[in-house]
Amino acid sequence: MDLKEGLRAETWAKSSLAENEMSKRISSNNPCFTDFNSQQYQQKWEDPSILDYDIRINPAFQEFNQPPQNQSSLPCDPTNQIKNPFQMNENLQTNKMQDWDPKAMLNNLSFLEQKIHELQDLVHLIVGRRSQILGRPDELVAQQQQLITADLTSIIVQLISTAGSLLPSMKHTLSAATPSMGQLGQFGGVPFPPGAGLSDSVQVQNSCAKKVSNQSNPIDLVGNSGTQQNHAVEEHDLKDEDDADDGEQLPPGSYEILQLEKEEILAPHTHFCTICGKGFKRDANLRMHMRGHGDEYKTPAALAKPHKESSSEPMLIKRYSCPYAGCKRNKDHKKFQPLKTILCVKNHYKRTHCDKSYVCSRCNTKKFSVIADLKTHEKHCGKDKWLCSCGTTFSRKDKLFGHIALFQGHTPAIPLDETIKGLAGPSDRREGNEATSKIGSTNFNFGSSVPNGTGVSDMDAKGNVDDPTNYFSPLNFDTCNFDGFHEFPRPPFDDSENAFSFLIPGSCNYIQKTGGETSLNTLK
Amino acid sequence: MEAKRKKNSNPFDFLSEEIIFNILDHLNNDPFARKSFSLTCRNFYSIESRHRKILKPLCAETLSRTSARYPFITQLDLSLCPRANDDALSIVSSSPWKLTLRSINLSRSRLFTKVGLSSLAVNCRFLTEIDLSNGTEMGDAAAAAIAEAKNLERLWLARCKLITDLGIGRIAACCRKLKLLCLKWCIRVTDLGVELVALKCQEIRTLDLSYLPITEKCLPPVVKLQYLEDLVLEGCHGIDDDGLASLEYSCKSLKALNLSKCQNISHVGLSSLIKGADYLQQLILAYSFWVSADLSKCLHNFPMLQSIKFEDCPVARSGIKAIGNWHGSLKELSLSKCSGVTDEELSFVVQSHKELRKLDITCCHKITYASINSITKSCTSLTSLRMECCKLVSWEAFVLIGQQCQYLEELDITENEVNDEGLKSISRCSKLSSLKLGICSNITDEGLTHVGSTCSTLKELDLYRFVTFHLCA
Repeated sequence: MDLKEGLRAETWAKSSLAENEMSKRISSNNPCFTDFNSQQYQQKWEDPSILDYDIRINPAFQEFNQPPQNQSSLPCDPTNQIKNPFQMNENLQTNKMQDWDPKAMLNNLSFLEQKIHELQDLVHLIVGRRSQILGRPDELVAQQQQLITADLTSIIVQLISTAGSLLPSMKHTLSAATPSMGQLGQFGGVPFPPGAGLSDSVQVQNSCAKKVSNQSNPIDLVGNSGTQQNHAVEEHDLKDEDDADDGEQLPPGSYEILQLEKEEILAPHTHFCTICGKGFKRDANLRMHMRGHGDEYKTPAALAKPHKESSSEPMLIKRYSCPYAGCKRNKDHKKFQPLKTILCVKNHYKRTHCDKSYVCSRCNTKKFSVIADLKTHEKHCGKDKWLCSCGTTFSRKDKLFGHIALFQGHTPAIPLDETIKGLAGPSDRREGNEATSKIGSTNFNFGSSVPNGTGVSDMDAKGNVDDPTNYFSPLNFDTCNFDGFHEFPRPPFDDSENAFSFLIPGSCNYIQKTGGETSLNTLK
Repeated sequence: MEAKRKKNSNPFDFLSEEIIFNILDHLNNDPFARKSFSLTCRNFYSIESRHRKILKPLCAETLSRTSARYPFITQLDLSLCPRANDDALSIVSSSPWKLTLRSINLSRSRLFTKVGLSSLAVNCRFLTEIDLSNGTEMGDAAAAAIAEAKNLERLWLARCKLITDLGIGRIAACCRKLKLLCLKWCIRVTDLGVELVALKCQEIRTLDLSYLPITEKCLPPVVKLQYLEDLVLEGCHGIDDDGLASLEYSCKSLKALNLSKCQNISHVGLSSLIKGADYLQQLILAYSFWVSADLSKCLHNFPMLQSIKFEDCPVARSGIKAIGNWHGSLKELSLSKCSGVTDEELSFVVQSHKELRKLDITCCHKITYASINSITKSCTSLTSLRMECCKLVSWEAFVLIGQQCQYLEELDITENEVNDEGLKSISRCSKLSSLKLGICSNITDEGLTHVGSTCSTLKELDLYRFVTFHLCA
């Protein structure tokens, strides 16, 4: 019985209800109801007369398209003040307000009635199921509960979306309707005017309703591919603050302010699969995932991007408000500056009101709260190589020097890991190779005027220092000894004479002839 | 009693230390005299050790003992110590010299690193002069170590090829008192480094930017230096006429300019660089300038111009002749290796510049007796004459030289046709201190004897390939 009902609940979620079915279910569900509920229903069954709804209480549900069988039209007795949340959209046929589009309202309300009945039955199912838990294996119970909750969420979503479509038509309600509007801001627009004897029941029902709403909120508000507008409207509805005014008191043509909850903003996933509950960041990812749940999701219609409903609020611009109190982006701030899209809201909230938990791995200094910001930073981190002593980095050398030229006391920071030999290696080795070949030839000539031993030992002595400097020693060798010997070819060392001239200024001629002698002495 | 009194009174006690220092100053040219003075007695030993200011040790290992003996050294020349390493420098910086040392020459050592330099710069607070030429392994870290010597005024970094703009920038920003900076062959220093030097070191008097890859971009702050006197731009191929023409200012205080080997600069660039430099005294334009009439006209208006060197430049005769039309009176002229110089022009020039002290006509192959005739007639106060390889000059000319140029101190007549007659005449130049007679095939002992007997101040004698040599006299 329960399983059957669960299955039927599924089919309810997927297809529109036939009134016949609904009435059947309602009648079949009667035995499952709790005493109180059954009493109520019986009352309703017994009293098919449609009572006048107090407009103050719930004008939204005045319009109700009664099904022919009319068993679903459960009048609400304003006098005894039974505020059954599942009855609220009933019984308003006579109290239609003719000022707005009646037929649309009728359609919406009838649909809502059906949905509410389904919802009621499902909740009863759950209640019933709980009492039967002991008699069932756990897995089966869990499965059934899953099915039920899935159906529940879809029903609630539809309920909310439809109710939301009714909202704009309530703009011109009387000011007296404001308390009910406030109550309308709660889930499903459930009005709960104080009831004398039925306060407990009301609260029970209320808690049921709230439970349902709480179940649905975290699971999925976008389980089906609802439109952005629907989301906004749902979130708008869910917010405990008084947002109902915004939708109605804005003069036409100005923007509409929407405010998301902190949990909503920080939620890692916003799209959820209705079947398995897996979360996704993007709607497109969800649609791809749904392909795995059956062939009906592989149709182009199911895969297509959902078209935004153009019927509701086509001309209004939506702007968003940050929920953080005191923020300049909060709608209550004196100098309120709205944010343009939901993504802006998310980024703003994370950057401004959350702590920065991501650290750049390169500089280990900069912290970010948004991963995209971190990635942008890492692209450019460490690019500035030129560093001044004051700590400022520059991307170009001329910028660094311009900075140093401006200020007294700033100097370029010299990198500590400078390896002199490494720098000297490649360029000077080439020179060194030339040098050694020349030295090879000239050393021989040199050997004729100076004993070979001296020349060779000199090379060894200088060669002891370091391998790279072996290439340098011929150069130094050259500046010491080659000045006096003009016939040796010296193109790479044409600076040697000049080197000498500034080494010992003023006596370069003198040195040219005797330089050879003195340097020989030093070598020995 | 008398003997006792005589014993007690030492006449040298009347001489104060100042007086003895004065005496010792006169002995500066004679190292043996100082040595014998110091060995006389303990008193003189201590006086001499307190007096000595300049030291040129032969090896770096004895520095610690030397610093104990001579604690007041201001000038330390370690160019004969190639093994001077970080230990030696730390000894120097921890010895009594750290308070007195002002100048150090490390141009021949390569074993020291930035550690030694840093200890030197930090401890020797009065260090004003460092010669770090040939430091081919010194990089920017060593430059940063040098920059710690805040009182530095003269710095040579020639051939320090690894120093870059960063190191030079550090030195420029820290050593604000720099007056002399030599960056010859520091090929990694570019416009940026030179600009920073010119902006930060406003006291610079001498700047050597030879062979740097610089362009005219660095010149505007350089020419704005108020005290720049000596600018060497040898081998700066990045500077050309157009760049120099774009200079808005020119250096007014410039006294000496060297533009040798700048292939892209002609007289146009030169004139834009030196316009307004009224105090210009010395120009070295070797290897690159076409000595033309235009060039000579550019140099027309510098009354203070005293020295000009056109080594190995292609010359036009009109150009040389135009030199004779200059207003000022040249003291030094070099036309070395300018093979286009002829008698007529040279004679005209020397007749206009009678105050010539130094003349270099090495390898001017066309010069003959007539030029020497004019030279000796006009420039009697010549102190230096170099005429190596002027083969067309006959032997009679050298007789004239000896007769007329009594103030000659330096004479280079290598590879000439001088003979003993000429040498005999030359030996009359009693102030001769340097005489080069290489490859002179016509001289013999006889001439040399004359020289040897009368030239008492001769210090240098070059007899390369002298043919006959009998040791006598």
